[in-house]
Amino acid sequence: MSEETPAPLWEVFIRSKRGLSHNHVGSLHAPDAEMALRNARDVYTRRMEGVSIWVVPSAVITASSPDEKDSFFDPAADKPYRHPTFYSIPKEVQQL
Amino acid sequence: MRSSGQIEHGAAGVAPSGGETAASAGPDPREAEFQALIDADQRIEPRDWMPEAYRKTLIRQIAQHAHSEIIGMQPEGNWITRAPSLRRKAILMAKVQDEAGHGLYLYCAAETLGVDRAELIDLLHEGRQKYSSIFNYPTLTWADVGAIGWLVDGAAITNQIPLCRCSFGPYGRAMVRVCKEESFHQRQGFELLYALSHGTPAQHEMAQDAVNRWWWPSIEMLGPPDTESTHSAQSMAWGIKRFSNDELRQRFVDMVAPQAVVLGLTPPDPELRWNEQRGHYDFGQPDFEELRRVVGGDGPCNRQRAAHHLKAHEDGAWVREAAAAYAAKHAATTAAA
Repeated sequence: MSEETPAPLWEVFIRSKRGLSHNHVGSLHAPDAEMALRNARDVYTRRMEGVSIWVVPSAVITASSPDEKDSFFDPAADKPYRHPTFYSIPKEVQQL
Repeated sequence: MRSSGQIEHGAAGVAPSGGETAASAGPDPREAEFQALIDADQRIEPRDWMPEAYRKTLIRQIAQHAHSEIIGMQPEGNWITRAPSLRRKAILMAKVQDEAGHGLYLYCAAETLGVDRAELIDLLHEGRQKYSSIFNYPTLTWADVGAIGWLVDGAAITNQIPLCRCSFGPYGRAMVRVCKEESFHQRQGFELLYALSHGTPAQHEMAQDAVNRWWWPSIEMLGPPDTESTHSAQSMAWGIKRFSNDELRQRFVDMVAPQAVVLGLTPPDPELRWNEQRGHYDFGQPDFEELRRVVGGDGPCNRQRAAHHLKAHEDGAWVREAAAAYAAKHAATTAAA
């Protein structure tokens, strides 16, 4: 039935207010970036949920693979000394 | 299935999880890990491995949910031009626009499982995917807009709140947005019915008539009884469904029965009464035969709803083509510059 090629997919990122970073909220189809922005405004900010929108073609995002998540994130797993709680501090020191 | 290189949709460089590879022999060892995540109340994300049946169940359910939002625009859209005041018209337009938005959040969640929205819309047009039975009833009077908000959206919220904790991340996240917006839908319906019920005798009668017609379909909308529900047990084990149809139905009746008293309207169920012992309302047996009939395609408006959606889709084709042509031309100019 649909012989048309579906419009490309875009990932939508929204800054909900000044001082916060853009967060991923979802995706949508649009023929070009300008339409993607307008559609994102209509779909994701009907109640003033944002002050800024990014749209990124889904196809250009490279993601880490969940299959290798253990080995990929391994280097951080055995380094508890990167956390402040690793260190014991004498009680007399109240704040450090 | 989607090609590689994408963050959420299908998989980047690997076969979409559980796709071609897992369909072959025996239980997959990854299944235990998958189930352990669910049992630990963790979420499954699109590129995680998942059993093919889990993926299929979710695609079916999310698509059906998305279609319901989109088809659900029709019965209410019917009254936009005839809303009795500018205030009511603005509210109704915002609500119908929200339904479109909800459909899009949900199509977006379904697409993370490796299907295209266009594919799902084709399946809807071919009648191979369904939408909620409730939208096959007509909106005969303005009071129906109120009854839909109060009862239909009320039943939808009852069903949707537990879905916010669905094991599949994108579905749960979409439902969080939907539920936030849905509470305005129910309140505007209640307010509308309240105004009519406390208006002239004719208005009151119109409100009562709407409740008479929408009460049972709303109760049936929560699905067949637990004894006949085909997908429930597995969906529970997978953390897609959290409560059975009958539990949700009871919850819904417990919510709306006292609200009906405030509205001054009488639900068309002589058996509806508070049961002190159970701590719940007792209510009559819904006509599940009617539900089956309407789901099966034989409701009052099934053909009309499907035909209207198909026509709107086809009538909009030139807009999509024009936008695509403009984008292609613009891309060529940019590339040449």
